[in-house]
Amino acid sequence: MSGFAFDPCDKCEQMMQPYLDRVLTDVELAEAESHLDGCDYCARRYRFEEDFRRFVRQAVAVPMPPELKEKLRALRTPL
Amino acid sequence: MKTAATVEPVSDTSEGAARQLATDARDRVRFEEEALGLSDQVYGVARRLAGSREEAEDLVQETFARAFRSWRSFQPGTNLRAWLFRILTNLNIDRGRRIQRTPDMQPLEESDYFLYNKLEESAADQNPDERRVVERLSQNDAVVALAELPHDFRDVVLLVDLADFTYSDAAQILDIPIGTVMSRLHRGRRILKGHLAETAVEQS
Repeated sequence: MSGFAFDPCDKCEQMMQPYLDRVLTDVELAEAESHLDGCDYCARRYRFEEDFRRFVRQAVAVPMPPELKEKLRALRTPL
Repeated sequence: MKTAATVEPVSDTSEGAARQLATDARDRVRFEEEALGLSDQVYGVARRLAGSREEAEDLVQETFARAFRSWRSFQPGTNLRAWLFRILTNLNIDRGRRIQRTPDMQPLEESDYFLYNKLEESAADQNPDERRVVERLSQNDAVVALAELPHDFRDVVLLVDLADFTYSDAAQILDIPIGTVMSRLHRGRRILKGHLAETAVEQS
């Protein structure tokens, strides 16, 4: 865990958003995962963040009204 | 196949033109079908950009009308989804954003864990299981919190967290630097979490 300069949990928190966005480099990813494997505190908070994102995503999702789909089809160029 | 030498110049030209027309029509049909296949995703974001279902439907119809009209400006092989969302977000801006509420300038918590911590604190005497904390929030709480985000932040949050665009795609769609995408995304997510944390604590 040599990459952690000071408090490993602080560093881990900073990596949470980029971790969940899947934009960490391989080296950073390995660093975050090795910390998460051994730290229940951070692991729970990562899980919570992931659940929270999923909740928001599902909560704001709406199906397309079928009539709208028909209206869009009607906008196609006639053959 | 006829060689050029055996064909009258005039008929060669008209045959070529007819072939070109047929190719054009085929490309256009393919383009329109591919675009229509993405319409559910376009509507999903449009509904959260617009204040009402009617406005969202108008916005999506305008988006597809413009896309179909300008299909030739789409470079085949590039990202059609990003191209469509660029039209959508541009139209949304043109539509004239209503007067924005002043962004909620409550000091932002430093920690990315603050929602967790706040909810955990408020639930300390109950079940400490963090999964139940999110269950206290309703679907409508999330819709309202998202609608209250300042628009610049909301655009980025919607493109990345709802429509799954990369930072770089979102930057191209909104025509802003990637660093701006990242800062608006992080700030927008934190404001969203702040609103929802308040709601959850009020409801506990």
